[in-house]
Amino acid sequence: MFYREAGDFKTSYRDDSQTFPIKFDRFRYYAVLLVALAIVPFFIDSYWANALLVPFLIYAIAAIGLNILTGYCGQVSLGTGGFMAVGAYACYKLMTAFPDVNIVLHIIAAGGITAAVGVLFGLPSLRIKGFYLAVATLAAQFFLIWLFNKVPWFYNYSASGQISAPERTVFGIAVTGPHTEAWAKYLVCLLFVAVLAWVARNLTRGSIGRSWMAIRDMDIAAEIIGVNPLKAKLTAFAVSSFYIGIAGALFFAVYLGAVEVGEAFGIQKSFLILFMIIIGGLGSIFGSFAGAAFLVLLPVLLKNVLVGTLGWPTDLAAHIELMIVGALIIVFLIAEPHGIAQLWRIAKEKLRLWPFPH
Amino acid sequence: MRDTVEPYVTEDGRTIGGVVMELKNITLRFGGVVAIKDISFDIREGEIRAIIGPNGAGKSSMLNVISGFYTPTEGEVWFEGKPRPKMRPYQVAQQGIARTFQNIALFAGMSTLDNIMTGRITRMKSGLFSQALWMGKAEREETEHRAAVEKIIDFLEIQHIRKTPVGRLPYGLQKRVELGRALAAEPRLLLLDEPMAGMNVEEKEDMSRFILDVNDEFGTTIVLIEHDMGVVMDLSDRVVVMDYGKKIGDGPPAEVRNNKEVIDAYLGVSHD
Repeated sequence: MFYREAGDFKTSYRDDSQTFPIKFDRFRYYAVLLVALAIVPFFIDSYWANALLVPFLIYAIAAIGLNILTGYCGQVSLGTGGFMAVGAYACYKLMTAFPDVNIVLHIIAAGGITAAVGVLFGLPSLRIKGFYLAVATLAAQFFLIWLFNKVPWFYNYSASGQISAPERTVFGIAVTGPHTEAWAKYLVCLLFVAVLAWVARNLTRGSIGRSWMAIRDMDIAAEIIGVNPLKAKLTAFAVSSFYIGIAGALFFAVYLGAVEVGEAFGIQKSFLILFMIIIGGLGSIFGSFAGAAFLVLLPVLLKNVLVGTLGWPTDLAAHIELMIVGALIIVFLIAEPHGIAQLWRIAKEKLRLWPFPH
Repeated sequence: MRDTVEPYVTEDGRTIGGVVMELKNITLRFGGVVAIKDISFDIREGEIRAIIGPNGAGKSSMLNVISGFYTPTEGEVWFEGKPRPKMRPYQVAQQGIARTFQNIALFAGMSTLDNIMTGRITRMKSGLFSQALWMGKAEREETEHRAAVEKIIDFLEIQHIRKTPVGRLPYGLQKRVELGRALAAEPRLLLLDEPMAGMNVEEKEDMSRFILDVNDEFGTTIVLIEHDMGVVMDLSDRVVVMDYGKKIGDGPPAEVRNNKEVIDAYLGVSHD
């Protein structure tokens, strides 16, 4: 009943092209933002933060980043884990080299460094496409992990080969290091997600976003109508890597605190984030959130049900969990290749006409 | 159909007939295959120039040379009085040459509106950071170009499918959207590769009307490849006829129609 366009007249092109054209959606969006910002921080405990919310927010940033490259620009990448590692190590080096600078600036700078690395590894995309590009990015993944393992300068010659985040504060409140409160971690990640999702939406609705999608849908036609493929592909690599670098920096500095590169940023991470955008929906910002939520939530939920409620042994539950996630990915690919975002779109379409079928 | 090819000034003040593009001795080879053999012709301001010929005559290759997709092996392309250096297709587009494709080449995942907006990409200048924050220049520019695109949408009578993804549209409408995307660039020279292929009579009539209107209202110079002789004879001011990569005729439709070589090529007289 409330979910209607009728009576909500758009009188300018600006109104017509807004993100949430239906009033109800707009209010729901503000409500979600309000609850996340003003209510959740007072109730969050360390289990909720560490098991669910913080990883969800960080993976959402990484998924938006990969979605810009793969979903919007059509360039498949398997190097996400490697680029997250670049973000993490850049952040670590900056934190230890310039301890007086604010951590937020370090995280943004880490994103910038990752963007530069991303552009470098994006150069082959001008010549190769599809599976071949995926293999080239896979090489980036392995090379970067090897590099961070092999060159002691990156981990400041520490004996363990790990990097660990020293304590840094924002407005006197610790956001990294062992004394960080759950709500502080959550709020830092939330603010990054909110700003970055908004920027991603802006980029994808303007002429840059259209040039990405044009390259994705038909690269030859795109070039003939005036899209510079070099510029379009490399900006996609740069913006995507910027997001993934920030996700990597947050994953290391705020979420885990200490990181062993092969374990935290290995090839599994690249696949995990790729699954997130496939299940969530390629070419959709909402889909990035949905995919991240799905793949963070599902294992926790299954574990609680299988171990907590049914009392199965933990190792059996872990194996069953892998099988269920794998089966779900296949079901999704067959039943709804456009992911949760498409299901959501169809639901909204139906809701707009409800209770009538057409 | 106009009777003269001499330069003249129309009632609204446009000079018709100055040379916009001149193709000089174009030869195009792919390895041993010669697609175009030493062809020269010119394209004049405000005219509808048709290229016809049997299948495999090299018409599409010729269009690809003009749009910069192929670089000719020999010969020069002169545009607006200057020889054109070797450039990438997107640079040719920036000079004001737009085209449509024989097999529709729309961006299937985007809406009609976004497809046509993409056609204006050469005119949109706001940078990455302005767009990221969506303030000032980026937003203003988007609104301005949206207004221009809406005019094209009105002109082509496709208001009702403005927000439909083009992949879902029927063939005839897709062709129309593709014309809209090319028009959005406000080109100096518009290249149409078989705009009426696979259409029924009504759709062909609609498309002919749009092409004539574009030429009339915007004064756009049009180069057209088409197999339907009726359409070609009615629409075009001058016709180039190609066969086996060679030019066998050039002139007003009435003249070309009576050219013996052209009749032979179409009716298939043996080459002895």
